[in-house]
Amino acid sequence: MQDKAHSSYKQLEQKSKYTNMFLRWFLYFVLVIFALYFIFPLYVMVVTSLKTMEEIRQGTLLTWPSGLNFDSWLVAWGGRGYGAGDTFLKPYFWNSIKMVVPAVFFSTFIGAMAGYVLTKWRFKGDKWVFLFLLFGCFIPYQAILLPMARTLGVLGISNSVIGLVLVHTVYGIPFTTLFFRNFYVSIPSELVKAARIDGAGFFKIFFKILLPVSTPIIVVTIIWQFTQIWNDFLFGSTFSFGEAAPIQVALNNMVLSSTSVKEYNVDMASAIIAGIPTLIVYVLAGKYFIRGLTSGAVKG
Amino acid sequence: MKTLKIEELSKNFGSTEVLRKINLEIDEGNFLVLLGPSGCGKSTLLNIIAGLETINEGNVHIDDYNVSKVEPKDRNIAMVFQSYALYPSMNVRENMIFGLKQAKVSKEKIEEQLEKVSKFLQVDALLERKPSQLSGGQRQRVAIGRALVREPRIFLFDEPLSNLDAKLRVEMRREIKKLHQQLKTTVVYVTHDQTEAMSLGTNIAIMNHGVIQQNDTPENIYNKPSNTFVADFIGSPSMNLIKGNLKESSNKVSFVTHGSNIEIPINGYDFKEKSNLDNKEVFFGIRPEHIFFKKSNEEDFEINLRADLSEYIGHEQIMTFNFENQEVLAKFPSTVKIDLSKNTKLFFDLTQISLFDAKTEERI
Repeated sequence: MQDKAHSSYKQLEQKSKYTNMFLRWFLYFVLVIFALYFIFPLYVMVVTSLKTMEEIRQGTLLTWPSGLNFDSWLVAWGGRGYGAGDTFLKPYFWNSIKMVVPAVFFSTFIGAMAGYVLTKWRFKGDKWVFLFLLFGCFIPYQAILLPMARTLGVLGISNSVIGLVLVHTVYGIPFTTLFFRNFYVSIPSELVKAARIDGAGFFKIFFKILLPVSTPIIVVTIIWQFTQIWNDFLFGSTFSFGEAAPIQVALNNMVLSSTSVKEYNVDMASAIIAGIPTLIVYVLAGKYFIRGLTSGAVKG
Repeated sequence: MKTLKIEELSKNFGSTEVLRKINLEIDEGNFLVLLGPSGCGKSTLLNIIAGLETINEGNVHIDDYNVSKVEPKDRNIAMVFQSYALYPSMNVRENMIFGLKQAKVSKEKIEEQLEKVSKFLQVDALLERKPSQLSGGQRQRVAIGRALVREPRIFLFDEPLSNLDAKLRVEMRREIKKLHQQLKTTVVYVTHDQTEAMSLGTNIAIMNHGVIQQNDTPENIYNKPSNTFVADFIGSPSMNLIKGNLKESSNKVSFVTHGSNIEIPINGYDFKEKSNLDNKEVFFGIRPEHIFFKKSNEEDFEINLRADLSEYIGHEQIMTFNFENQEVLAKFPSTVKIDLSKNTKLFFDLTQISLFDAKTEERI
């Protein structure tokens, strides 16, 4: 009797082992399919950018390049060297850097301050202020184009990098405030009380007590803002043109304004160059991004 | 001169009244415990003393100086919080001297204070550690140290032990008591734990719904609760409150519960006012520990009650008896054997009873 039960358990054990193994392999299979699916466009871009036009015409999308040929990258970055009609990314890349660094800095800093005030220095009506800021997150880009254009005109900073910095800072504040508010809510207010008794004021408490523990959320905010602002096309193309344009606008101009032949290798190289900075930011700070989004809190 | 004096203090949050006409005084070196259930306003009162909350009405005086509108840092107080509130990015040393640095105290003085206090609290070996690397007890000690280095006139404690486990709580309770004995600084201490309150306080103010119910010595709070709330709140299990009437005839007063013919003589009771007692509806209060299973002195009142329930808790047992359909709890050593569902002879110690008006719920 006991033996019988024992052997049937053995069978069940075997069965569950096979089921688990099958499920595991199935899981790997699905993951590999998805990985290929996502890596495919990048593969095509990199491979195409390394080919000559001759190779592109003769081969297929997937054929391997004959060698490491970076000519199209150099053309994309620095141009061909003749005057009129030669668009290349270098000056616009720096435009974007000049736009993205201050815009990320100011929107993050203002968001941190606002989050700090909304959680630790509550005032009458603070809930309404936060609610309106939340609305800001849901306002589509297109809705603010006209009023923003007017504002920039009045301020006299339309078609300039400074104008774009302002636009991106203002548009980013609702998001950054939301991030920091939700982070600071989880930090005990007793810290602020203790610091007040110790004689620290509004700014001292912010810089000495709260900011040093905010690293995860600062990283999250920087990644978010950097990606948003660097990849923005609409604001860039609406509020700037010609020499003040950011890289995404220049990329568009470059690809569309090619006169006779479509130079796919140069286009691909340009697109990769335009995407590299966000990639770098993700690689450097990616682990904080996941950690900051999930944990949110610092204990002790 | 009173170290702390609170006059007619009221506080609302919007339309909710949190504190109502609080009057409180503490003499130099006393240990006042604010005790009450959660939401009674005790923490708000402490925050007001610290200056972290504004006042709607009334005044707070420290050393006869009206500090109602003075900033927390200038009130000469220090506070220890429930979550310790140690600054997470600073090590123990920086945590402890943060306040002194803000107050622009000289470097030599800061070092001197830090050394003295950290030795005293035995945290001198932990100075370079971050709060996250400390145990609960160590964090507690550093938090107290941060308060001590300021040499305040008044220490404020906001439920400092409720985050610790039971064993450590008892240890830290004793340490706080020792600390107070050695330093003799005035303390205001908020807790909802009556054992903490009883063992630490030289005075206990029991609060409920934003009103101080009784402000007295621990002995008086326990023996002479001023109303049924205090009687019920203090003691574990709490005082038995048996509903019934007083009967006065030819200068003899006795207590009779509804539907019973047992008259409990209470001639020895110290009435506040000895008039209009006949037929008065009252609560007869007797603590479970003042009911005995054998006669301990001559005046003990003998009564037969049916045992309904027994709760064994190690060193003692709590028995529930039926007294005319009202539950009466008694505390006996666990060695005593009492049969359930049978009448048992019990003895009430009538020198320890309290009587409350059933309508006003005040002590009479």
